Amino acid sequence: MSTVANLTRATLAKDLRLEWRSKDAINSMLFFSLLVVVIFSFSFDPTAEESRRIAGGLVWVAFLFAAVVALNQTWAREMRNQVLDAYRVSPAPPNALFLAKVIGNFIFVTVLQALMTPLFIVFYNLRALGPAYQLPIVAALGTWALVVNGTFFAAMSLRTRSREIMLPLLLFPISIPALLAMVEATGAILTGEFSAKFWIVLLAAYDLVFTIASLFLFGFVLQAE
Amino acid sequence: MKRVFPILGALTGVLLSYALYEALVAAPTEQTMGNVQRIFYYHVPSAWTAFILFFINFFASVVYLIWRANKADIVALVTAEVGVVFCTVVLVTGPIWARPVWGIWWTWDLRLTLTLVLWLIYVSYLVLRRFSSSGQTPLLAAVLAVFGALDVPLVYFSIWFFRTQHPQPVIGGGGSIDPLMLHVLLINWLAFSCFAALVCWSRYRLEVLRREVDETLALEALLEPRHPQTRTSPTGSAG
Amino acid sequence: MSYLYAAYIATWAIHIAYLATLLRRYTRLRDEIAEFKGRIEEKN
Repeated sequence: MSTVANLTRATLAKDLRLEWRSKDAINSMLFFSLLVVVIFSFSFDPTAEESRRIAGGLVWVAFLFAAVVALNQTWAREMRNQVLDAYRVSPAPPNALFLAKVIGNFIFVTVLQALMTPLFIVFYNLRALGPAYQLPIVAALGTWALVVNGTFFAAMSLRTRSREIMLPLLLFPISIPALLAMVEATGAILTGEFSAKFWIVLLAAYDLVFTIASLFLFGFVLQAE
Repeated sequence: MKRVFPILGALTGVLLSYALYEALVAAPTEQTMGNVQRIFYYHVPSAWTAFILFFINFFASVVYLIWRANKADIVALVTAEVGVVFCTVVLVTGPIWARPVWGIWWTWDLRLTLTLVLWLIYVSYLVLRRFSSSGQTPLLAAVLAVFGALDVPLVYFSIWFFRTQHPQPVIGGGGSIDPLMLHVLLINWLAFSCFAALVCWSRYRLEVLRREVDETLALEALLEPRHPQTRTSPTGSAG
Repeated sequence: MSYLYAAYIATWAIHIAYLATLLRRYTRLRDEIAEFKGRIEEKN
């Protein structure tokens, strides 16, 4: 068990260090996120009352697009340098690699969200009428849901034609319950009209089920490459 | 085996015709909805058949993951394809029924939304099978099928709760059903199940033949590399 | 009432379309086999 933890930490540290030095992915993603927020704000210009109701959907669709861009390049570095072959041959548990990638993506997308959210608040004059402390919980659980499946499907898409379109094509249908939960929970918190508790529990259940499934089945996907 | 198929085909044809007659003529006319309600006799059996086929797909996928049986992979492919066909029928007949009865084409009600999500998941499954390179396809597809199956209860609960928070008309109606109507429904379900079984059987045999031909052609290409191929390599190349 | 017929016709249209693709795949396969057999004949 400790080998998994050590390996995960080492791989994650390596990824973060490489990303911090080159900053190639994060810069383009930052700008992309900014563009998404601006375009959405142009397209939907609701009153304050309406905006609280629909902001959940808008914000999460924007986050979803940003996440897909981030997810698409998850394995790019590994592909370029035949790292996956080395990993397959080594006795290292594949789960460690997968977990490191998921956590890396999670940090990545959360950074993007942290930068996009103030812009949304400004453009839509958002203010939470419900319990605002629940928002980070929803954000964390929702992001994990997208990222754990996204990293897994990104690995599955590696040997397919049209790799970039394959990832969202596989991810979106499976993510529908999670997306519904995220959007409804955010809407409930912002409008204060309903309780978000059920949605938060659903998100937690979704995260649990798919994290376990991904860890269990990632070995197959790695061998399949 | 070959002789049996046309006989079964003819029997199924007769059964389907009888079921159609029952649905259009013999079944009593519904009180509130009128004749349009008869769409029910095609809509519901198609849904049941699609769900059963997807269920079989899940089992076949798990069998493949554990034992790597080639036959299991073919069963998975076949049931997914035919399942999507029946699912499409459900999604088309649903709105056609909803429009005259409730005045709306679509509503995010539990059954219709669940069917749509299943359709999306299995279409993505078929796209994965089409787009990935042949060596790993069965394995990846089986994994995706397991993911899809895990997703279904979550989809159900999420839509169920969504509907209790934002209630809207339920397409397909609930409540008890007249016994004569039930009889017609079951007859149609039997007919469509037989039809689905025959289609699956045909698709299965086609796939077995397809794979045999691919293997033979690949072997030929291996043994005689200098002879020009009049068609592209059958196994396809990775992206 | 026309909605009823539309639904039934649509159902069978979808099924027939799928069966048609199966038929097309089968004939193409048969052609491939015939072509392959031809090549074998040539070599012998």
